[in-house]
Amino acid sequence: MSTATLEKRGFGATLWDYLTTVDHKKIAILYLLGGAFFFLLGGLEAMLIRLQLMVPDNELIGAQFYNEVMTMHGTTMIFLAAMPLIFAFMNAVVPLQIGARDVAFPFLNSLGFWLFLFGGVLLNCSWFLGGAPDAGWTGYAPLSIWSPTHGVDFYAVGLQISGFGTLMGGINFIVTIVNMRAPGMTYMRMPLFTWTAFVASILILFAFPALTIGLFLMTFDRLFGANFFVPDMGGNEIIWEHIFWIFGHPEVYILVLPAFGIFSEIISTFSKKRLFGYSSMVFATVLIAFLGFMVWAHHMFTVGMGPIANSIFAIATMAIAVPTGIKIFNWLLTMWGGNIRMTTPMLWAAGFIPTFTIGGMTGVMVAVAAADFQYHDTYFVVAHFHYVIVGGVVFGLIAATHYWWPIMFGKVLDEKLGKWTFWTFFIGFHLTFFIQHFLGLIGMPRRYWKFLPGQDLETGNFISTIGALLMAVGTIILLYNVIKTTVKGEMCSQDPWDGRTLEWSIPNPTPHYNFKQLPLVRGLDPVWIEKTQGNGKVIPAEPVNDIHMPNNSFLPFMISLGLFIAGFGFIYRPDTSFGYVLIAIGLIITFGSMLIRSLKDDTGHHIHKEDLEKEGAGVE
Amino acid sequence: MSTHEDVLSSENLPHEPEKATLEGKNKFLGFWFFLGGETVLFASLFGTYLALRNSFGNAEGTPTQELFGLELVFIMTVILLTSSLTSVYAMYHMKNHDFKKMMVWLAITVILGASFLGLEVYEFNHYVHEYGHTFTSHAFGSAFYALVGFHGAHVAFGLCWILALMFRNAKRGLNLYNAPKFYIASLYWHFIDVVWVFIFTVVYLMGKVG
Repeated sequence: MSTATLEKRGFGATLWDYLTTVDHKKIAILYLLGGAFFFLLGGLEAMLIRLQLMVPDNELIGAQFYNEVMTMHGTTMIFLAAMPLIFAFMNAVVPLQIGARDVAFPFLNSLGFWLFLFGGVLLNCSWFLGGAPDAGWTGYAPLSIWSPTHGVDFYAVGLQISGFGTLMGGINFIVTIVNMRAPGMTYMRMPLFTWTAFVASILILFAFPALTIGLFLMTFDRLFGANFFVPDMGGNEIIWEHIFWIFGHPEVYILVLPAFGIFSEIISTFSKKRLFGYSSMVFATVLIAFLGFMVWAHHMFTVGMGPIANSIFAIATMAIAVPTGIKIFNWLLTMWGGNIRMTTPMLWAAGFIPTFTIGGMTGVMVAVAAADFQYHDTYFVVAHFHYVIVGGVVFGLIAATHYWWPIMFGKVLDEKLGKWTFWTFFIGFHLTFFIQHFLGLIGMPRRYWKFLPGQDLETGNFISTIGALLMAVGTIILLYNVIKTTVKGEMCSQDPWDGRTLEWSIPNPTPHYNFKQLPLVRGLDPVWIEKTQGNGKVIPAEPVNDIHMPNNSFLPFMISLGLFIAGFGFIYRPDTSFGYVLIAIGLIITFGSMLIRSLKDDTGHHIHKEDLEKEGAGVE
Repeated sequence: MSTHEDVLSSENLPHEPEKATLEGKNKFLGFWFFLGGETVLFASLFGTYLALRNSFGNAEGTPTQELFGLELVFIMTVILLTSSLTSVYAMYHMKNHDFKKMMVWLAITVILGASFLGLEVYEFNHYVHEYGHTFTSHAFGSAFYALVGFHGAHVAFGLCWILALMFRNAKRGLNLYNAPKFYIASLYWHFIDVVWVFIFTVVYLMGKVG
């Protein structure tokens, strides 16, 4: 098999393979590694926050450093951990679920990853170059404009670079899903993870350009003397808030919709039932996405937009509870009467439902504009968004890690350790954040460096920190599980969970062309249909034929490297004329690589029919 | 099934060579979506511009009514809209597999685009030197140059793109590999024309009468 030859290769050859790969399965692994690295970094920052707030009047870390840690925790977790991890699973699974041999734009796929990585590394270089960004992950003006260090410059330029990558990834998945579904895979037969990936990609397409402009304006103000957010010169700070949240609110749904998709797959598989209310699930997904664009100003109730605007945005926000409620009940009714197996992924799904429901309920509470004046900028809001982002997105990503590990690495993660991860992380999570609702209600503001003794905040904060430590333990167990399985685990069968969707019909390890013959899809849950109504094998839709595959390329790495270098140039241009040299070098590398890509023909290569037949008969 | 050689051959082209391969179809659809994203990009800039138009704070500045002259901008508009028409002619000849005529019309498109860009540089230069209206002088200046300058940068990028395609393919004629590339470059060109129509209306016309 092809992987056997892979293993015999030296380290250098494997490294080069990953640096130049355009294979969606390898890019998925790169995204997983990159996202996991930043997840650990963001987790470390979270631990510092909690340790600082463990006892009143603590002097563990300084105020300025606290601001940097708090800013980077949010920024890292949203942009550099959650987004790439979502992309990891979209890359690993979506082409397999729709019966495609690759994504629509393999080159762009690779470019998207390298842009994300170089953007993230650039942002984190700020730690060693005079201080990280310190204006909060939302970067509100005027704080972000007057912040004296280069930190916020790194924020603007780093997120700009990684944002380009995300936008490309989004377009790539939309086109892949529209154009490259296997014969018979109609829209209403697509697995729900593919549906949510599709809708999230559309959200990316329409939300990220707003961030692009917001970051450009910020960069212009800070580095090029523009006056967008300077009231003295006619500027207006509220513009930043609007643009940021026009991006920022859909971003929440970009993250959580794929998590909904993950849970829909897991709950259906481990209940041995077709997903209850499939069409209403699809409808709810699209409706959430649509409404998600109409609610951005609920982050700005206290800005002073007036009662009419506040009411409109409050009601639109509350309306989102309806499609979300539809989903919650569909998951419950999928489990109802099902043949439930409490595996690790299913445990996460079961833990997700009540957790996310609590987050949704506090969401409706903060959506009441009048009441929000009380909740705004307190730990109540912190508790709310951690319940939806950790309880929804992080739970989903960990569940997906366990569920699709066999697809990505050919092995099943240890179930016993998986359950230990769940219980420590789950209990730790609720211990950390449940109490924060009450801390917020009795008036503890968010983002404060320390709190004072004698204000009834000691016990709550102490409990919260203990919970955070427990979450760290859960994460360490997960890491240990990954290492143990990688070193000692054995290759599993192609279908260890008794799956329902097409990714489970592919031999383990997955051949790099995915499907020798494109599959014929006969309905929703195609593999399950063949298991119950056919002979268990998916019917091929074509004879064995030559397969067209894209060529590897080093150019995505170079394009991203060029922007990375130019990014430093832009940041240091106001200080030193050497900045111009860096800008020139970087842009020459980037645009030069783009020109090479444009001028050099790259028509891909073919895997010949004869070689395919040598690897085994056509029909599995 | 097509092989490498087929894709690069100029013989026996189908009716719509830009959409005959899966790669072509993907490019076509993907580019339309990209333009959807670009629309949000420009919408954000338009929103910012409308909020900051004639907003000078404590700084000195010239309001839009005095600053803009419609004569030059009208000529620029005519030039850019005409270049959109000539790129349609180029695509018409591409669909009829007449490579030479396509190149001629693309060349005319490039010349028109370059003259638009030249006039825009003249216009900016005029504002800076006659009125002291710069990117840094006040929020209105920042918003104006951000919006119109972003559009100008798009025109410049489009010119480089079309020129690169023309030089690369000058000697080998039309084929299934480069037809989608020409086609999406012309889509891009139309898009920046449409954006200009909005700039002409929102920035210049509304600036003169609003």
